[in-house]
Amino acid sequence: MTTIVNPKEKEEMLSKAAVQGRSLWDDARIRLFRNKAAVTSMIILGILVVLAILGQLGVWVHDYDTIYRDRVSQPPTLENWHLLGTDAQGRDLLARTLVGLGVSLMVGIVATVVSLLIGVTWGAIAGFVGGRTDQLMMRFVDILYSLPFIFFVIILMVVFGRNIILIFVAIGAVEWLTMARIVRGQTLALKGMEFVEAAEAAGVSQWMIIRRHIIPNVLGPVVVYVTLMIPVVILAESFLSFLGLGVQEPLTSLGRLISTGAQDMEVAPWTLIVPAVTMMVTLFCLNFIGDGLRDAIDPKDR
Amino acid sequence: MFAFVLRRLLVAIPTIIVITAVAFFMMKVAPGGPFDLERPMPEEIRERLLAEYGLDQPVWKQYIDYMAGLVQGDFGPSLKFLDKDVAELIGEGLPVSLMIGALAMLVAVVLGTFLGAIAALRQNTSGDFAVMSFAMIGVSIPPLVMGPILALVLGVYMGIFPTGGLNFSRYGLSVLVLPVITLALPQIAIIARLMRASMIEVIRSNYIRTARAKGLSASAVIVRHALRAAVLPLVSYLGPASAAVISGSLVIERVFQLPGMGAYFVDAALQRDYTLVMGVVVVYATLIIVLNLIADLIYSVLNPRVSYDS
Repeated sequence: MTTIVNPKEKEEMLSKAAVQGRSLWDDARIRLFRNKAAVTSMIILGILVVLAILGQLGVWVHDYDTIYRDRVSQPPTLENWHLLGTDAQGRDLLARTLVGLGVSLMVGIVATVVSLLIGVTWGAIAGFVGGRTDQLMMRFVDILYSLPFIFFVIILMVVFGRNIILIFVAIGAVEWLTMARIVRGQTLALKGMEFVEAAEAAGVSQWMIIRRHIIPNVLGPVVVYVTLMIPVVILAESFLSFLGLGVQEPLTSLGRLISTGAQDMEVAPWTLIVPAVTMMVTLFCLNFIGDGLRDAIDPKDR
Repeated sequence: MFAFVLRRLLVAIPTIIVITAVAFFMMKVAPGGPFDLERPMPEEIRERLLAEYGLDQPVWKQYIDYMAGLVQGDFGPSLKFLDKDVAELIGEGLPVSLMIGALAMLVAVVLGTFLGAIAALRQNTSGDFAVMSFAMIGVSIPPLVMGPILALVLGVYMGIFPTGGLNFSRYGLSVLVLPVITLALPQIAIIARLMRASMIEVIRSNYIRTARAKGLSASAVIVRHALRAAVLPLVSYLGPASAAVISGSLVIERVFQLPGMGAYFVDAALQRDYTLVMGVVVVYATLIIVLNLIADLIYSVLNPRVSYDS
């Protein structure tokens, strides 16, 4: 006996069946959470982010810019709650490191978004239009690729003064090249894929093809690259700060703290070690997460 | 091959023109000038000085004059080091930067390739794990962290290596150790990762299986067949790598107080020493373009599928 299913129920059952299937992303998530290094990194990074936010809010007993003239270059101590000591000007190192971490993370995220916007647009246009336009656009990227960009960024910083928004834009504007290459490659490859043709032949709408086939396939490498981009940007910012071109005192970033710490390292090694270790841990976590994501989304090399 | 080199050199010329133009006009847009001192000098002297260096001309004319000089190998006088030409300053700084950079690249390529190949051949063993952990440390610890920490531990606390300056007569070649290691470390890491990935791909390929099947010894398969194909991605990374080493040298030269070219650059830009900034940009841009060309040529020699003669 056949049961008669009314259309509404049928739809419900179908959607249930669709939910039960494991998508590419479910698989990726499972693989990612099996990766111990990546999970540990996510937890540590989460803690660091929370600490950085608390640092920005100034909940710690010391402000990052309060100068205690009688407590210059104190090693880490419980006295007066200078848990990580004070710097050569008598400011609490813990408060400063947290603020610096916040600034570095913020630069990392914002500049990455800038590079993402430029890179995805450029790469998608080149890959989609193809032909001569594609060649020209990618040749331009090739030329830019091998230039010592840091020189232009340095000149930019000098020209427009040390403005934190400019740091975002300048770093983002020079780090979009790889993104453009990745997106272009993916777009080109996807355009000719059988499953896209099959979907077209089956009469799936253009929008549905883009949503179901193009975006998920481009997204994987882009997500991975973004995760690996953030540490690169953090490095670029600290590089500028180290040369004295980054954020301005009394505001600080990890690069700036390392730079001043390096100057005082013989008298007060903790002013170098604390920000250096913070930066190392942050970069480690971001790199492990990025690697984990790559292996999860594209497990070719495992 | 010759036609290819010629074509690339012809492309290099407009590239350098664009680079110099961008750098030149950006510097000119910057507020302030080389003669803005803390105590302002009398207007007449200022004007005489500006006229002396041609800085009273319209900017486009200054650019054309500069390029005209550059073509004849004249980098112009430095605006801050008043008794020196930019060419002299670069002549002093460039050998130092080149030596450190070239040594770092050499160490990075040799060690990186070796470590990456080892890791690939022993994939998923403890050796592989050790190399990859080392590579992770290398990419996560930038020169600006590594430099000061190495200087603190090996230089200040343990006193094994000197930490500052380039005093060959007093310390000998050991002054080079810390700067070169610091500069090379991230590149060793990146090259080792690239090498491992490409080596793994190569040793799974059919022609390697064929080579093994026809009875070649393991070492012959690796050295004669696998390595040659596996280093190809590395060769195309050499261009970006040299750009990275050059940017890294800006930090290294500051950390270890080396009298290199990068050390001038930031100060020159801050003090609006236009000619010195331009000189450094021109030299480094040319260097990078040439290195990229060399990398492409090596690529074509190693990869018989690429032909530039068509």
